[in-house]
Amino acid sequence: MSGQGGQDAKFFQRGKIQEFRAELEAAESKDKKFTKRKTVLKKIVANITMGNDMSPLFTDVVQSLGTPLLEIKKMVYLFLVCYGRQKADQLHLVIPHFLQDCNDRNPLVRALAIRTMSYIPTPIVIEALTEQLRHCLKDRDPYVRKTAAICVAKLYTADPRKAEKGGFVEMLRDLLLDSNATVVANAVAALSEIGDRQDGVIFKLNLTVANKLLTALGESSEWGTIYILDSLLRYIPERHIDAEMMAERVIVQLNHANSAVVLTAIKVLLYLMNYMENRKLMEYICKKMGPPLVTLLSSGPEVQYVALRNILLIIQRRPSVLKNDVKVFFCKYNDPIYVKLAKLEIMYRLAREENAKEVLAELQEYASEVDVDFVRKAVRSIGRLAIKVQEAADSCIQALLDLMDTKVSYVVQEAVIVIKDVFRRYPGKYEGIIPKLCEHLDLLDEPESKAAVIWIIGQFANRIENADELMDDLTYTFLEEPTEVQLALLTAAVKLFIYKAHSDTTKALVHKVLKWATEDVDNPDLRDRGFMYWRMLAINPAVAGEIVLAEKPAITTDADRMDRGALDQLLLHTGTLGSIYHKNPETFIRNATGRALADSPALNPLSRQVLVPASRPNLPLPAIVVPGPGPQEISQSNGTNGSLVATGDPPEPTRNGSTGDVARRRSQESPSNEGDGDDDDDDEAPVSSRPAGGDPYAGLDSAFGGSYVADEPRPQNQDLLDLI
Amino acid sequence: MISAFFIFNQKGEVLISRLYRTDLKRSIADVFRIQVVSNSDVRSPIITLGSTSFFHVRVNNLYVVAVTKCNANAALVFEFCYRFTSIAKSYFGKVDEEAVKNNFVLIYELIDEIIDFGYPQNSETDTLKTYITTESIVSSNIAAEESSKITTQATGATSWRRGDVKYKKNEAFVDVVETVNLSMSAKGTVLRADVDGHILMRAYLSGTPECKFGLNDKLVIDKNDRSGGGDAVQLDDCTFHQCVRLDEFDSTRTISFVPPDGEFELMRYRSTSNVKLPLRIIPTVNEIGTTQVTYAVTVKANFNNKLSATNVVLRIPTPLNTTNVDCKVPIGKAKYQPAENVVVWKIPRLQGGQEVTFSGHAQLTSTTTRQVWARPPIDVDFQVLMFTSSGLIVRFLKVFEKSNYQSVKWVRYLTKASGSYQIRF
Repeated sequence: MSGQGGQDAKFFQRGKIQEFRAELEAAESKDKKFTKRKTVLKKIVANITMGNDMSPLFTDVVQSLGTPLLEIKKMVYLFLVCYGRQKADQLHLVIPHFLQDCNDRNPLVRALAIRTMSYIPTPIVIEALTEQLRHCLKDRDPYVRKTAAICVAKLYTADPRKAEKGGFVEMLRDLLLDSNATVVANAVAALSEIGDRQDGVIFKLNLTVANKLLTALGESSEWGTIYILDSLLRYIPERHIDAEMMAERVIVQLNHANSAVVLTAIKVLLYLMNYMENRKLMEYICKKMGPPLVTLLSSGPEVQYVALRNILLIIQRRPSVLKNDVKVFFCKYNDPIYVKLAKLEIMYRLAREENAKEVLAELQEYASEVDVDFVRKAVRSIGRLAIKVQEAADSCIQALLDLMDTKVSYVVQEAVIVIKDVFRRYPGKYEGIIPKLCEHLDLLDEPESKAAVIWIIGQFANRIENADELMDDLTYTFLEEPTEVQLALLTAAVKLFIYKAHSDTTKALVHKVLKWATEDVDNPDLRDRGFMYWRMLAINPAVAGEIVLAEKPAITTDADRMDRGALDQLLLHTGTLGSIYHKNPETFIRNATGRALADSPALNPLSRQVLVPASRPNLPLPAIVVPGPGPQEISQSNGTNGSLVATGDPPEPTRNGSTGDVARRRSQESPSNEGDGDDDDDDEAPVSSRPAGGDPYAGLDSAFGGSYVADEPRPQNQDLLDLI
Repeated sequence: MISAFFIFNQKGEVLISRLYRTDLKRSIADVFRIQVVSNSDVRSPIITLGSTSFFHVRVNNLYVVAVTKCNANAALVFEFCYRFTSIAKSYFGKVDEEAVKNNFVLIYELIDEIIDFGYPQNSETDTLKTYITTESIVSSNIAAEESSKITTQATGATSWRRGDVKYKKNEAFVDVVETVNLSMSAKGTVLRADVDGHILMRAYLSGTPECKFGLNDKLVIDKNDRSGGGDAVQLDDCTFHQCVRLDEFDSTRTISFVPPDGEFELMRYRSTSNVKLPLRIIPTVNEIGTTQVTYAVTVKANFNNKLSATNVVLRIPTPLNTTNVDCKVPIGKAKYQPAENVVVWKIPRLQGGQEVTFSGHAQLTSTTTRQVWARPPIDVDFQVLMFTSSGLIVRFLKVFEKSNYQSVKWVRYLTKASGSYQIRF
């Protein structure tokens, strides 16, 4: 192998077990520099990569462990990591080699040995490892200690009981006070992993340990910095001043080049702000967070995407962070589509009276681009802008009408859908454009847009002269329509009849539709609604009119912001997958641990009021639940420095509000407290009351008829087993 | 954390496969192949199926993929993928299928070292190269002492630098590279203009040098001398390589560090105020009826006439049903590229103050369905040496070392645009 790149590509060829065995045997002799052996091992590794089962060569390959070449050793170890668990009965052949390496004079070899052993979680290897690990955790070389720390996490995953009984968790905790920052960081990572298990030890930090970790930050590698920052969420400030001091030490990390460090630092700051009272400091922190977030948009597109999805959450909770920065979220023509869609959402959120004109001009520009999803979302955003910013409504409507002139089917459909909402937002203001909408009826072929225009026709039947003709045309295909459209048709027909009770055509029409709905359709919703209308009209048409055409609650955009308590909870996952999908991880990842703000005397009153306790995972638990440690260990771990609290129970949510409903109900009962005296950003709308369902985010989707988030990223609930 | 790491080629063949946790099987690679590689419409770099999430980054003809089964830190996973790519680049010179296949054993060695149980570990190339090399090492031959040095460095406070670096001539090169992003509306107003700056350093300095770096940063200048604040630059934000002491920057705004040996990115910054746009583009595009489009696109070099812009490339969009374009240019070459629906105008060199105009005439075929032309923006790429759009200047770079040697420092400036200098019309 030469300096600038090897020449190993030739080994990437499928080979047969027999050939390799023969080659290995041939390498036993006349192979002074071990080149033959190296070659055949490379071939084997290449075949493992390609998915060829090389496990039958186990005994042959293991023979090579005696070779004094580190390169060969590493290849054999790789082989063992791949096939060790399959060949558990033959692993005893390897153990002596492992043990020898564990006691090698070279720290790199010692570390390599325990690292490899801990990748092979079979009883025999674990048995051998536990003994060695105990020494390695106290090795004089920091490289060995940092490797050993991670090994404890692996051991815990393989056999939690053994790891606890062996006192390894306590040893890890001691490593938190190690003199080497890398060791500390890995110990924190390992403890966090263990602490996140549902069956394990609870990992909390007290002030002393948290401060000690902060000191280690200065000497940590970038990854270590992330592990340590992340663990700070396990510290619950008891006094405002503690949270404030800690935040001041975390702020410097916002200038780090690694985006994960920046986002994790932001997560910690957002968390700590819940426990602060110094408004000046909080304003300062918000001001400090904005620029680094914008800078993330100069990273690779993948990191940009992560940043954008997080920004969307952050600005809902702390609008002052990026108040004046809407321009930086304008899409570049060549941004990847996922970046564009995420930017669009943020542009809408940041739109205000002052910048509405610029935002609208951008949205109009996007509406003529190529990607259908993007164009649709741009068109919808124009409508949402009209609803959100009253001053911009006129120009938004004009923009939508101009777009309809393009006669591009999906553009027109999107426009119709939002215009329906605009009508509800500004009753009596824009109905003049209805004739224009009706010109494009033939372009509507999707249920949502069809239902929207039908709603418009029904609702304003008194102003549309040929409403009965239009309805007659539309009902022509009633029986073939999807339920959504059928329901809209039914209601519109009834409204039409109420407006024009004397017309024979409307009478015939409503009769026809009611008959279809109640007799020819299987859908129970449709049938029941049909019967209901029929009875109402039969008993007292006047009263029926009052009911059907009752005043509708005005649409506002308040509904599409997330519930404050839910938001607080979701922000504890800043930077992670949960923040990409805007879902708590326990709702879509098996065995994921939920997080909740913990109550403490320092927690600000409003945060406490809307506190959502960690929800219980609704995914099925694994078949075997390993119970946590007994009471014995509690006292043990509390004894030394209290950084660990061990208990068998899952984390107790919070003191007040044992269920989500209770906590939420409180927030609804006392709306007068909102906005005064707490840390809330001044321009934040009061906590909106939301139907208390199991999912605190349910309201987010329902803001505009359910499909606004149709193109939002979301995890798929597909079982992988079906796909393999 | 990361449960598995893969590299796929364009066909979806596995080139590297490493499982870090037992919660996944190797066959998970097939799922990625089906869901991403053979899917022509991938709309996210993250795909979550059930509890399993696939993170992928495309590098040349490769997919670098990390798979997780937990609520992973997405930023960390992507940063790791980027880091892997830069390490591979530094080891093999390039990162493509050939390089990966030629070095697969070494890659396995590397990824065993830089991730443990899914947690990224020390990934500083300089340190890694001391113990993961392309040369064979006989294990007994590595003196334990030597290894201790390596391990101390790999876990130490300056994990990015070896202590025993020696140069005959101590030199440091600083490259200030600015990328200008521009979005200009059809009416000629600037929608956004900002600068992404990168300060790259190549340090060939002996021992453990302590460096101090100074810019005409407005915050610093304002604080220190009240007189010369005229040409100071306001930076919206800056981020630093992990060698820079962030607490010191936070309190006094001084940039001090012990540099890694060789090339690294010292700092990134962003500036949005007083951005100087080196090239001014004035497009006039008229659609005449449905069969013709006329173009007059003027480029004006808005900088000192001692400097010049090089490699200027304008990409001027044409309607999809264009059959041919007559191009007239006073300088460089302009050619219609039917495959991309653009006219590409290449100007090798444009001097400061110069003004040139492209005039063109596009013939369109008549189509039955009249589709509105989306008019994508004109895109301009260029480079201008010794010019910074933000106005940033390096004021000093001081090097302190125990042995008190003299060092030579060089500074270069470059402003460029590639794919992000866009003018609508």
